[in-house]
Amino acid sequence: MARSIWKGPFVDGYLLKKAEAARGSTRQEVIKIWSRRSTILPQFVGLTFGVYNGHKHIPVYVSEEMVGHKFGEFSPTRTFNGHAADKKAKRR
Amino acid sequence: MARIAGVNIPTNKRVVIALQYIHGIGARKAQEIVEKVSIPAERRVNQLTDAEVLQIRETIDRDYQVEGDLRREVSMNIKRLMDLGCYRGLRHRRNLPVRGQRTHTNARTRKGKSKPIAGKKK
Repeated sequence: MARSIWKGPFVDGYLLKKAEAARGSTRQEVIKIWSRRSTILPQFVGLTFGVYNGHKHIPVYVSEEMVGHKFGEFSPTRTFNGHAADKKAKRR
Repeated sequence: MARIAGVNIPTNKRVVIALQYIHGIGARKAQEIVEKVSIPAERRVNQLTDAEVLQIRETIDRDYQVEGDLRREVSMNIKRLMDLGCYRGLRHRRNLPVRGQRTHTNARTRKGKSKPIAGKKK
């Protein structure tokens, strides 16, 4: 079920402060965040976030289209590159 | 034979049923359309007057998205997800289930017919 509109989008509050600070500084820098559950808000557009995936921070450049998605959606937590080919099977 | 919404030529069935042959119109929308144009439920497509056919066609054109337009919108939405690089897009790219279903077993609709694992036999 979708989230009620009256609640507004969910964002961890400290992200707003971090984003604000990043906007203030001229240097483009990856903002490290752990809050994968937060919604991407319009004021985050144009910033780069390092979204933690349990292992490292994946840099995510926020574009306008991403607004409304969650940060976690852009930082996959699993690595699976298909099954390795069986050596025995190759020989035959 | 009536031609409604492009290529669809529903048969000599009841209008509510025949309309559902159009991609994007199911039971509910068919019912809505029939009520809007006020056609009796018993009327079959081959008994429709030209005026009624025209009315149905206009209603669909005006209020509903069907066939090509609908298909295009759906595929555009999927393409958007894929270009965005989000999790759902990745799943679409790999032809795996998008909504968190298990893939250990099942998921055959997305994965296609099962492929044998080479070299598993002794």
